[in-house]
Amino acid sequence: MPERRTAVPVTFDGEDFEAYDDESVLQAARRNGIAIPALCYLEGLSVWGGCRVCVVEVAEDHRLRPACATPVKADMEIKVHTPRLDSYRKSILELLFAEGNHVCAVCVSNGRCELQDTAVEVGMDHVRYDQQAPARKVDASHAKYVFDHNRCILCTRCVRVCDEIEGAHVWDIAERGAGSEIIAEMDVPWGDAKSCTWCGKCVAACPTGSLFYHGKAVGEMEHSADIIRVLASARGKGEWLSPEVSL
Amino acid sequence: MSKLKFASVWLGGCSGCHMSFLDLDEWLFDLADLVDVVYSPIVDTKDYPDGVDFALIEGALANEDNVEVAEEIRAKTKVVASFGDCAVSGNVTAMRNPLGDPRKIIEAVYVDAVDRDPVYPEREGIVPPLLPKVLPVHKVIDIDYFIPGCPPSAAEIRRALETLVSGGSGHAVNEDIRPG
Repeated sequence: MPERRTAVPVTFDGEDFEAYDDESVLQAARRNGIAIPALCYLEGLSVWGGCRVCVVEVAEDHRLRPACATPVKADMEIKVHTPRLDSYRKSILELLFAEGNHVCAVCVSNGRCELQDTAVEVGMDHVRYDQQAPARKVDASHAKYVFDHNRCILCTRCVRVCDEIEGAHVWDIAERGAGSEIIAEMDVPWGDAKSCTWCGKCVAACPTGSLFYHGKAVGEMEHSADIIRVLASARGKGEWLSPEVSL
Repeated sequence: MSKLKFASVWLGGCSGCHMSFLDLDEWLFDLADLVDVVYSPIVDTKDYPDGVDFALIEGALANEDNVEVAEEIRAKTKVVASFGDCAVSGNVTAMRNPLGDPRKIIEAVYVDAVDRDPVYPEREGIVPPLLPKVLPVHKVIDIDYFIPGCPPSAAEIRRALETLVSGGSGHAVNEDIRPG
């Protein structure tokens, strides 16, 4: 309800900006043209706050907070870039790369990948941590889509979009810690998941080359995460049949 | 002023980075005015010399010979750069890592999958044993400069070489650190 929003002053890295009191720090930053890298956040979905790439510092206590899950408050002094924040973001990206099997050169999303773009954005030129090289599976059982778990960063966008927008809740997370993985239904091959409507929203939302269409070769897979924002707001506005909306 | 001593080496990689280096075309003449190529797959020198100013290492460390070569280069070179994704991250060369024990992989290829004369390729001093896991070069020796890319484009290599020739370090252009 735009008319009930209250504009409040905030600062980003010392510069004055206007934010709304119903926004998160990340939303306010992006609306003001300030880039804060983020991976698990996707406009239109609920906030997960899991990747921690959007971490910022708030002057009142210098604690680190995820910008996506921090509500704006009046007179908030927000730091986006400090040596500490920049180094933490880089470390997080390195940990993500070390955790899975991310081989850009042979990936369907090479050159069109949010993980790759974010690594470049935060200045990651190599990974200091030991590569875990986990043995993960590739689920190609679905007739239309493939799930390569090697490239999954567990952002849960697929879980959330399937549950919250499509209403099917095919996906969820199984196991814990380093053993965590996305499963279909009660851990069945995707092709056997009867609740899957083949809508493709999980594929559209995926920030990496983990979810893709059968038949896509290196660098050919283009995700369309922005479509989720359109779908989410279209539902509220009753615009389901907008001709621009197609998956 | 004497020319800088420049070396490049090809370890566990496909030589694509060196092909991309050759894509520098006529700029190679400019480079040749500044450096002597003292050791490289493209020159006929068998031994790595002392006192090299800077070296590019292409490829990951996949076997014991790769490790020895990398250590020798580090000991004899002022500035060492990881050249391309395999050197930087392991990349395609390291795709065997999730499969586990390299002996089993070699057996699957050279013993189990062949119709005649299956043999495990092994001769001490001739065939270097594979490392349990393929490693990025910086896991074994200190690296001063990273040039990701599979392969890095000629333009990226040129910017890196210009930096190295002028004795600089770090990266001027963020896009130059894109893997893949």
